[in-house]
Amino acid sequence: MAKQISTFERRKERLDRGIKARTEGLYAISSWREVSYLLAPRAGFIIILFLLPLVVPGLYWQRVLALAGVYALLALSFDFLAERVGLVCIGGAFMIGVGGYISGALNYYLMLPVFLTIPIGTLGGALICTLLWVPCLPLRGIYFAVVTFMFPFLTQSIILAGNLFEGTEGLSPIKGFPNTWIAVYLIVILILLSIFGLRRLCGEDIGVVFAGVKDNDQAVFASGINVTRVKIYALYIASLIGCFAGTFVAHFSGFVGVSLFAVDFSIMPIAACIMGGPGTMAGPVLGAFILAPLSELLRGFGQLRVVLYCLVLVGFILFKPEGLLSWATRKYHQIEHWVKV
Amino acid sequence: MDILIYKIINSFPLDILIYGIINSFSLALMAIGFTLVYGICRLPNFAHGALYVITGFLVWSLIHLLKLNYVISILLALVIMGLVGAAIYRFVLIRVRGMATSEIIATYALGLAILEFLRWGGFKGMTYTLPVFIEGRIDIGDIPVDFQRIIVIGIGIVVVTFMWLFTHFNKTGLALRGMAQDEHAAMMLGIDSDWMAVIAMAMGSILAGLSAIALLPLGNIVVEAGYNVLILSIAVCIVGGLGSWVGAILAAFMIGFLQIITVKYIQSHFHMVVALLAIIITLILRPSGLFGRQKELEERV
Amino acid sequence: MGEQKEAIIKVRNLSKSFGGVKALNNVSFDLLEGEVFGIIGPNGSGKTTLVNTITGFVKPESGEVFFKNIKLTGLPHYKIADLGVTRTFQVVRPFLSLRSFKNLIVPLWSSRARRFAGSRGGDRDAVAIDLLEEVGFERDAYVPYKLASALPLGYLKRLELARCLALRPEVIICDEVFSGLSMSEIASMVPLIERLRTRGVTLIMVEHRLRELFSVADKVIVMNFGEKLAEGVPEQVMQDEKVRRAYLGEEIKL
Repeated sequence: MAKQISTFERRKERLDRGIKARTEGLYAISSWREVSYLLAPRAGFIIILFLLPLVVPGLYWQRVLALAGVYALLALSFDFLAERVGLVCIGGAFMIGVGGYISGALNYYLMLPVFLTIPIGTLGGALICTLLWVPCLPLRGIYFAVVTFMFPFLTQSIILAGNLFEGTEGLSPIKGFPNTWIAVYLIVILILLSIFGLRRLCGEDIGVVFAGVKDNDQAVFASGINVTRVKIYALYIASLIGCFAGTFVAHFSGFVGVSLFAVDFSIMPIAACIMGGPGTMAGPVLGAFILAPLSELLRGFGQLRVVLYCLVLVGFILFKPEGLLSWATRKYHQIEHWVKV
Repeated sequence: MDILIYKIINSFPLDILIYGIINSFSLALMAIGFTLVYGICRLPNFAHGALYVITGFLVWSLIHLLKLNYVISILLALVIMGLVGAAIYRFVLIRVRGMATSEIIATYALGLAILEFLRWGGFKGMTYTLPVFIEGRIDIGDIPVDFQRIIVIGIGIVVVTFMWLFTHFNKTGLALRGMAQDEHAAMMLGIDSDWMAVIAMAMGSILAGLSAIALLPLGNIVVEAGYNVLILSIAVCIVGGLGSWVGAILAAFMIGFLQIITVKYIQSHFHMVVALLAIIITLILRPSGLFGRQKELEERV
Repeated sequence: MGEQKEAIIKVRNLSKSFGGVKALNNVSFDLLEGEVFGIIGPNGSGKTTLVNTITGFVKPESGEVFFKNIKLTGLPHYKIADLGVTRTFQVVRPFLSLRSFKNLIVPLWSSRARRFAGSRGGDRDAVAIDLLEEVGFERDAYVPYKLASALPLGYLKRLELARCLALRPEVIICDEVFSGLSMSEIASMVPLIERLRTRGVTLIMVEHRLRELFSVADKVIVMNFGEKLAEGVPEQVMQDEKVRRAYLGEEIKL
């Protein structure tokens, strides 16, 4: 039987399509002005990120930028897992350590070149991290967080106690990047790719499944989906980002040691995420790029800077848990009265 | 039954037995503050280790800078720690109550801030010590045991007994237990959950301080101890299970003896590995711990 | 000569205790393909436990459940849903933070839905909206775009059914789908149930509202204290002495 598409049905389809275009904010894009309004902050963000390495005064600050980039990647990974999938994983240091040790060891013992060690370290490291985290998945939120928090300490202790990989001395020297520019731009590009990639991923149908897992995992099970498998995908993707950051640190600093498992790498990204705006992806990156240089500026105060960013973290948790980016986004939209003031 | 215990005790070499008991009581003492707060308010107080260390430095400062008497310094320090604990709840935790991850991060950040502040303030190195209560030692068999360590055991027994009696016979203690079992029911009976939490946090901090006072004379006051005490307390709490006194004590003994055995037969660096592995393995295999009464961690329908 | 319909679900001797309480005691029945099968009984009679056991949310102590000769007992609950035996929840469980139609993207993403979608797998959003319209969400009033947290209970119940439908199920077990609804809401649900039946879905309905259930059910079993008290056509079952005693109590002889 030939199906007649009535005008009624066609109208329905057109309405649905327009709305589907931006169901998130239910915008109906209707003018160039609106397009540029939406595009401007995003383009600005990308441009600033690219220009930063050029405007920064000197090599020292470029190194700071690179480190900020590492924290940004970790913050992205944490944000994705915690806010989009509902898995609170305080194991940034574990990813850095695993990624760093794999690529460092490959370079140190087997003399593999950087362009090989980084991919192997990233992919292999992500595999190891995911496999080790899988048994912890049945745990409820807080216990999962505690366990992942403990992994870096455990690995650190085992390496020291067993004097593995040269123990306290660590592996050094590790081949680095040809020059700082390449390193810094490499990480900037990876950050942008990750933000873009993660956002697209969450916009796809699997992103809805992630949101479902975060919202109510029993209902996801009842929909015939093996939630554990979905969580494994998410963990692998997040560890790819984290382990890449680890390989980057190893090669950028030319040294691999237990300091890669420093608790700094677990806590700083969370601070950056909360400060910058949890759930926004770009927010945590912003947070990292504020906190890392700030922390450098305060280096003169020694340990006091740790005190300071802990207090900042607590402050944000207590008083502004939506974070800077969400706040800024709200204010920006208020310009156009798109959001109730 | 006694023959069995006799056989078990006799099969251990004497030094392991003695050091094991001492270590176990030390762990129990360290963990009791953390277990109390977590068991009653479901609040993971990750600043526990920092509270431990800061009590030590506080007592030291009272003795050396204000030239106060040892006993008075101890009492004053404990009171201050109680107030600090209450303040932490009243000003920080009360806002993040219920969001477990934020509680962990907030308390951990506070603890970190305290510890690093102490480090910056100059409290580093091996020069800070607290005097022991009683000098000298005795020999059990051919093992030398400081009196201080025996005092640790004594304090441990006293504290545990006191806490048990408190939560079973005192009105406030019973209220705390009621809260631990079912917060909403307790609230319906007129128990103010926030006020109880303040009391619990205060007591937890005092207990942290007490354990510091008992244990720090055995060595130096170092900031690193804060991290270790936290991990050990978490280990005892998790392995023992949620809300169980018996479990916590058993866990303290298990981990305590495991640590001593590992140190003697494998290598001294592994003692923290034992605690960390205990945490991870318990959470993976039996998340409710040895005696945990809550089945919350299993699949819910 | 009419063909004997094949039993699509066979429940054999299911038993389950919680602590000391026997929630299910040796329950057996057959569910024929295409019928609407009611499970009734007073509170605490084990109806929900029966549903949980069949769908894999709870492991029985003894007994077995077969779906077209595949043994269901022992399989995890998502696998059972994947085979085509779905359920709704007594306390509805939508994804509150998502819009109504996005709620359906989750089951549409499952492997079962993908197997049935074949090449048309592309636009899940459109399929979701169509599904919602089928269960009564008015498309023109943009109801499918509302956040699930903003829906009233009647719509949430329909959303639960839509979630099951997204999986192209063979069996839907409705756990008290009429409860909490007003008389008019129930009245508008009954045609939906009829529509499901004409779609070829076999239904098990656990219910308290006997009148509405009897208007759609082909066969009914009565549970009490975990045991099957009676089985049969609704009118016949309600005449049963044991059933009357279970619901209305014993007569007091003064």
